[in-house]
Amino acid sequence: MTAAEAARQVAKHPIQARNPIQVLGRSALSAVRMVGGVGVFAVRGTIAALSPPWFFNQLLRQFVAIGFFSLPVVGLTAIFTGAALALNIYTGGGRFNAEQVMPQIVALGITRELGPVLAALMLAGRVSAAIAAEIGAMRATEQIDAMRTLSTDPFRYLVGPRLLAGVLMLPLLTVVADTIGVSGGWLVATRVLDFSSAVYIRNTVDFLQGWDILSGLIKAAVFGFIVALMGCYHGYNAKGGARGVGRATTHAVVSSAILIFASDYLLTTFFTHAAK
Amino acid sequence: MTEATPQLAWPKLAWKGVTKRFEDRTVLDGLDLSVAPGKSLVIIGGSGQGKSVTIKTALGLMRPDAGRIELDGKDTVNISEHARRKLFSRVGVLFQGAALFDSLTIWENVAFRLINADGVPRKEAKDRAIEALEQVRLAPAVADRFPSELSGGMQKRAGLARAVVAQPEILFFDEPTTGLDPITAAAINELISDQVRRLGSTAVSITHDLASAQTIGDEIAMLHDGKIIWRGPAAELRMTDNAYVSQFVKGRAEGPIAHAV
Ligand SMILES: Nc1ncnc2c1ncn2[C@@H]1O[C@H](COP(=O)(O)OP(=O)(O)OP(=O)(O)O)[C@@H](O)[C@H]1O
Ligand SMILES: [Mg+2]
Repeated sequence: MTAAEAARQVAKHPIQARNPIQVLGRSALSAVRMVGGVGVFAVRGTIAALSPPWFFNQLLRQFVAIGFFSLPVVGLTAIFTGAALALNIYTGGGRFNAEQVMPQIVALGITRELGPVLAALMLAGRVSAAIAAEIGAMRATEQIDAMRTLSTDPFRYLVGPRLLAGVLMLPLLTVVADTIGVSGGWLVATRVLDFSSAVYIRNTVDFLQGWDILSGLIKAAVFGFIVALMGCYHGYNAKGGARGVGRATTHAVVSSAILIFASDYLLTTFFTHAAK
Repeated sequence: MTEATPQLAWPKLAWKGVTKRFEDRTVLDGLDLSVAPGKSLVIIGGSGQGKSVTIKTALGLMRPDAGRIELDGKDTVNISEHARRKLFSRVGVLFQGAALFDSLTIWENVAFRLINADGVPRKEAKDRAIEALEQVRLAPAVADRFPSELSGGMQKRAGLARAVVAQPEILFFDEPTTGLDPITAAAINELISDQVRRLGSTAVSITHDLASAQTIGDEIAMLHDGKIIWRGPAAELRMTDNAYVSQFVKGRAEGPIAHAV
């Protein structure tokens, strides 16, 4: 969008802004305010998640909603990605006679990168949106206010369990995604290409190191936190009725996706340096 | 020095010069209002005049831009979250839109405080919830349904049951009888009076129903343009010569109250 369009957009809102510099200044300010807001929210949420009283019913509910019901999407994504990856690497590797290391590369790609990232993205679409919509609707209908007047801290009842479930469930889902993704590669290799099943499995198992899997799981825990946090934050701060809830949902999905990619790069950089 | 007479005793709850603005619109403009312990105050006033906002400032759900709110003589605006949670344990609230939790059944809604804040065992909490539902004339069969399966009036009554179930010291009712048939409305009025007279709670209610205002209120205050423009014993509502009040009571289009927001 051009600056003029952006200016027109802002001018529609009650707070007037006249030139592009002002627009830029205003969005920079609101970005800073939002980062601060998210930071405070994350700290409050983490404290609520880690200290009693805990609402175990809520926690269990979220484990099921976030973990169990995400299994189908995560599994389907993983199997197709693993299969496609295997084909691509096989044909690409063929250009320099490296077809035979395809199982190792698939395993590495899935465990270190694609397993956690894809599972997280599916969760961003499924869970972050659902959390933002649910909490946003509760905000819009004064249920959050009502909860406070009933001497119950919404951070403990709503936010804490979701954060915990995100952090604990996404690594588990990633283990599933890793397994199914590698199986997808194996399926293609044994059915479409002429790999022997035993060789494929031995190559994969002998090659993979604990750290390949563990680093993926650490990433997953961070991504799980991001997905739950963005859903809770945008829902909790939703304003303006049903439209506000819609906006909160979009923001939750978009911001978790971006943060997943950004933190993926940062974590990978960190892990590479740490490994040296 | 001299001993305070009962009339001069601290009010249970007092708004002192409370101002609340939304962007550039001033909704409450130095509001002064108080309610004595064990009394029932009814706030009346036009739609959009800030009655709900008045209650929300008292609860700390909205922060006033200026002024003090005192409960038992102590400020409640600048207190910690922890202190506010403790304060809430003495308060029961019915929201204008009922604000039931839609992921929980009706009895879990009514028993929410008992289960989640007071640690009452679920079995006992359910019994108490069903008892409270009976007080608002909801059948025990309703207990296991979800809020979305109830009519608006039934939701309102479930919200009322949730407000009174723990027998709080201070009750806030935002339009408790709106949308109810006359018989149920009368039962709700009776319930509210009962809470105040028999259990000694202090109540602040908002209503558009003047008959109900006179039944449940010891005192009535009229909110207009962000201030209390009239306040007096319930019996005097229809006798006052205050032009605003009489226009409101008689429901005339002409008078000092211009077409509202
Ligand atoms: N969260 C908010 N943000 C912006 N404006 C608000 C907010 N809450 C209330 N207002 C405004 O404050 C004014 C008073 O609202 P309030 O809900 O207190 O009215 P009311 O007297 O309870 O009316 P009714 O009888 O229709 O319920 C209204 O003009 C409303 O638009
Ligand atoms: Mg209102």
